[in-house]
Amino acid sequence: MRTTPVPYDRLLSRNTIAKRVAADLQAGWVVNLGIGMPLLTTKYVTPEQDIIFHSENGIIGMGPPPASHDEDNDLIDAGDNLATLIAGAALVNHADSFALARGGRLNCAVLGAYQVADNGDLANWRLPDNSTGNIGGAMDIATGANTVFVMMTHITKAGIPKLTKTLTYPVTTLACVGKIFTDMAVISVTEKGYRLDETAPGITVDEVMAFTDAPLDISANLCDVAL
Amino acid sequence: MRQKRAPNISTALGLVKDGDVIFFGGFGRAGVPVSLILGLVEMGLKDLTIVANGGGEDDSPMAEVLKCGAVRKVICTFPYARDSAIFRNLYHSGKIELELVPQGTLAERIRNAGSGLGGFLTPTALGTEIAKGKPHIEVEGKTYVLEKPLHADIALIKANKADPRGNLTYRQAARNFNPLMAMAARYTVALINKEVSLGDINPTEVVTPGIYVDCYVIDTGNFIE
Repeated sequence: MRTTPVPYDRLLSRNTIAKRVAADLQAGWVVNLGIGMPLLTTKYVTPEQDIIFHSENGIIGMGPPPASHDEDNDLIDAGDNLATLIAGAALVNHADSFALARGGRLNCAVLGAYQVADNGDLANWRLPDNSTGNIGGAMDIATGANTVFVMMTHITKAGIPKLTKTLTYPVTTLACVGKIFTDMAVISVTEKGYRLDETAPGITVDEVMAFTDAPLDISANLCDVAL
Repeated sequence: MRQKRAPNISTALGLVKDGDVIFFGGFGRAGVPVSLILGLVEMGLKDLTIVANGGGEDDSPMAEVLKCGAVRKVICTFPYARDSAIFRNLYHSGKIELELVPQGTLAERIRNAGSGLGGFLTPTALGTEIAKGKPHIEVEGKTYVLEKPLHADIALIKANKADPRGNLTYRQAARNFNPLMAMAARYTVALINKEVSLGDINPTEVVTPGIYVDCYVIDTGNFIE
């Protein structure tokens, strides 16, 4: 029985998590964003970072959502939202789009997750109670990306930890996650398991531990989430 | 030169028959051959296998084909869109089979079929339920899953411009699965926005060469340069 109350008043907002993720994207990276919360990351990258966003439906160099007069139904992102192209974008077919991911050209994927294990196993495509789910591009992207960042709430709506020792949900890709950005903390996946790097302002190490179902190594440089 | 332009949708779909495997091009709202897909509804077809990215959201043309009882199996990557009650009901009542495929694997299986290859080795889906029962092969110390080519009898695709030889161009991100599907079906039908004269498409800008296109039909009123 978990006795620690959920620190609702101190959880980071989705936009704040996105801002923190954006800060970890290195200049010139080719980055794929999963549908949902990861797409918020586009709002916080700077022109100096010169990130090239890849969308698996064939866009290399995706820009922000369009102004209303600029909408084009043939130009959408992987979640079927209207999109734009940056200057110098390129368009390819679906096979070439996944070839670049598996072929090592995708520096980073930012994905949502149902569950992550402390060896980096990712689960994000099917809930255990459902007979099927949506794979979309997740398995190929998580397998192909050089590094996978997971961006999610730390616990489910029912208060269940999403960071676990091993997966109880169906696996998407084995040992792929490098770093996890949640509304409570930033946690790295190392060879020894989870390492707590940053905590949300006002959230204690004990609180993060209480809502994480695996051992946490505490970074020697532990600090507040850097914003 | 053989006339590839069909006068209307029903003529373009004339070769579709019961039991066919049919590719539906498109991803989300982009590059979907809407009127070709809707043209299947009134044909009284049975036992079709549909290969598409999605499982057919309720307001999609694919959902209309599902509703009319023509489909026995769906091969797709993303069956559960926000509104997909039609698909869910058919699937959960056992009226349609589902083969779930990762998106990059789906694209590559189609490209394989169109390229005369017998399969490929992918790291995707290793350790997942999708890889269960499939041969695992080690090459240079790395393990891969063997995936097989995916052929179809008919491809229904959407393109922008076509010339009389059937050479095709595409708009923006409306390319997606369309050029791959055109190559991997025994008979490819393209819905196009505009027909242009022979020589009006620069050969360097052709995405799908006309040799892959058996027939095209013009989708009136949709052309944007």
